[in-house]
Amino acid sequence: MPMNPPNEKYDLVVVKDLVKYFPIRAGVLLRVKAHVQAVDKISFSVKEGETLGMVGESGCGKTTVGRAILRLIEPTSGSVFINGEDIVQMRAQSLKQARRNMQMIFQDPYASLNPRLPIGESVMEGLHIHGIGHPKERWDIAINMLRKVGLEDYHARRYPHEFSGGQRQRIGIARALALQPKFIVCDEPVSALDVSIQSQVLNILKDLQAEFGLTYLFIAHNMSVVEHISDRVAVMYLGKMVELAEREELFRNPLHPYTKALMSAIPIPDPTVKRERIILKGDVPSPLNPPKGCRFHPRCPVAIDICSQEEPEFKELAPGHFVACWVAERNS
Amino acid sequence: MSAAQVASLSPEAVTIEERSPFQIVMRRFQRHRLAMISLVIMLAMFTITLLAPYIAPFKIQELSVNKYFVPWGTVDAETGRVHHMGTDHIGRDYFSRLIYAGRISLTVAILSVLISETIGIVVGAISGFFGGWIDTILMRFVEFMLTIPQLPLLLIISSMLLRNEELIAIPEPVLKVMGDILLLSPRDSRNAVLIVLVLAGFGWLSAAQLMRGTVLSLREQTFVEASRSLGASNFRIIIRDMIPNAMAPIIVDASLGLAGYIVGEAALAFLGFGITDPVPTWGNMLAASQQFMLDRPWLPLVPGLPIFLCSLAFNYIGDGLRDALDPRLKL
Repeated sequence: MPMNPPNEKYDLVVVKDLVKYFPIRAGVLLRVKAHVQAVDKISFSVKEGETLGMVGESGCGKTTVGRAILRLIEPTSGSVFINGEDIVQMRAQSLKQARRNMQMIFQDPYASLNPRLPIGESVMEGLHIHGIGHPKERWDIAINMLRKVGLEDYHARRYPHEFSGGQRQRIGIARALALQPKFIVCDEPVSALDVSIQSQVLNILKDLQAEFGLTYLFIAHNMSVVEHISDRVAVMYLGKMVELAEREELFRNPLHPYTKALMSAIPIPDPTVKRERIILKGDVPSPLNPPKGCRFHPRCPVAIDICSQEEPEFKELAPGHFVACWVAERNS
Repeated sequence: MSAAQVASLSPEAVTIEERSPFQIVMRRFQRHRLAMISLVIMLAMFTITLLAPYIAPFKIQELSVNKYFVPWGTVDAETGRVHHMGTDHIGRDYFSRLIYAGRISLTVAILSVLISETIGIVVGAISGFFGGWIDTILMRFVEFMLTIPQLPLLLIISSMLLRNEELIAIPEPVLKVMGDILLLSPRDSRNAVLIVLVLAGFGWLSAAQLMRGTVLSLREQTFVEASRSLGASNFRIIIRDMIPNAMAPIIVDASLGLAGYIVGEAALAFLGFGITDPVPTWGNMLAASQQFMLDRPWLPLVPGLPIFLCSLAFNYIGDGLRDALDPRLKL
C-alpha cells in the first residue's frame, strides 16, 4: 500500500475519461442499434478524507458513474485509479482484494438487504468473503458496526423486514463499513428516506467519516443535502460533468448556466426574499442522441453560436473551479 | 402523546416479538384450514405407509389359495389374521397390498420431486444468472422438450427401459437402498428406480423454467449488487442470495408436483408401462381391478381413493404454501 504524503491530501480516487455506453439491442438478431451515452468522458478526482458531492437531475448518469467506479458495471473505456491502482484493468482476484477498500451505500434501503439473512449475517458477509477472522470475531465486528450506526446488539438476529427505512439504511452503512474501506460511494443514500430521518443518516455518515477518515463520493439530487455534507461539489448534466468546485465557491459563484438554474431552484425558507428564478425550458434531451456541441445548449438561456457547434472543454477557470462552458470561458 | 407517556414506554415494552421468515410463513399457513386438514391427512398416510410392516396383517405377495375375492373382514382360519378389505383375484390381502402400494407410490413421487426440483434449481439458476448463450441453449432445450406430448413419450421410454435391463445400469447400492425403503428385493425395486428417473427426467423442465424466471428478477435486486460490491463470487451469490430467495415458488411447485407424480405414476402403472404386478402400486392395483369392477365396484375404489386424496391434499397444501409464501405480502 503506498504511503500517504505527509500533511498534504492526496488524490485517493482519480477518474480519467470514464465512458459508459449502454448498447440498445433490437430486432430478431439482437443487433446493437444504438447506444445510450450514460457517461461520456468524465474526469475528476477525490482527495483523501473529503466528500465530493455529485448532483444532477434524474438520468444524468450520476449513479452510473458511481457504479462504474466500483466496477459493478463494466466501464466502456477510461480508467479509475484507487490508491494508484487501475480498477478498470484489474482481473477477478485483484479486483476482489481491491473491493475491500471501496464500498457502496445504496439508494433503496428496502431492496439492498437480503430478506432471508438476519442483518448481523448481512453485515458479516464481507468479512466472510474476504476470510477475515473466525466466526466469533466476525460476529463481534458486526455487532460493533451495528452499535456505531446506533443499533442495539439484539437487532443483529433480526431480519430486514423488522426494521424501518432509516434503520435499514444504517444497516447498509454498517455493512459497507465492516470491511473498513477507505472509499465509499454513497448513491443517494437519503433520497428514499423521510426528511426527519435524512439528517440522522447524514450525521451518522459525517461522524463515521471523522472517526475512520473515510472518503465519500456522495451522489444526490438534493442541493441542500449536498451543501450540508460536501467539501467539493460536481454538477453533471446528460452524461457530462459541467462544473466542479469547492462547495462555498460553487454555491456563491456558480459559473455554468445549468448550475445557476439549479441554485435558483433551492427553496429559501424566508418568504420576503425575492430572487430571480431561472426556469429551464423543455426536457432533458435523450442520451441516445445527445445534442451536438455543448449538450446543454438547446435549453441554455445564454447560448451563443459556438455552443451548438463545438463541445466546450472542462477547464479550470479559477483555482480549483472547473467549468465546461463557452460563455463562462469568454467572460473570465 | 405526551413526553411522560413516551418516557414510560421502556425499550423492552415496545420491541416486537422476534420472528424468522420461517415462523411467519408457518403462522400464515396455519390459517389456511383446507391446507391444514390436507397436511394432517398426508401425515397420517405417511405414518401408515411407514409403519406398513406393523400394520399390514399379510405380506405383499402372500397368496391364500382358493380364497379369491373373499368379503371384507373375513378371518383367516389358520392364523386368525383378518382380511380387512377382502382379497384380490388371486387371493392376496387387499388391505395389506394397499398399504405397501402407498409406500411405493409415495416414495416414487417424493424421490421424483426431490430429483426434479434439484435439477430444476441448478439448471434454472445457471440459466437465469449467467444469461447469454448458456441461457439460450438451456432454455431452448427445455422448451423443445416441453413441446413434445409427455404421456406417449413417457410410455415409450419407460417401456424401453423396463424391458431392456442392459440399457441403463443402475448401481447395485442404489437398488439395495431403494429395496430397503420399499421393502422389496433389489431386483423388484429396479422398476421403481427407473420410474423415478423417467418421471424426474421430464419433471425438471418446468421447475427449471420457474427457477430461471425467479432468478432473472432476483438478479436485478440491489442486494445482489451489494454482495457483488463486497466481492462475493458468482457461486456465493447464487447459493446465498438467489436460492434462498427463490425457494418460495419452488416449494409450491414441489407440493403441486407431488400430486402430479402420484397421478403420473398411477397412469403409467394403469397403462401397464410402469411398476408392474406383483409389486403393488395404487396405479397397477387400479389396473388389475378394472376387469372385475362391474361385479365388485369397490375394487377400483379402494386404490382410487388414496390417489384422489393425495392429489387433492397436495394441491391444497400447495395453495396454502402459495398464500403463505406470497412475496407480495410483507414478510
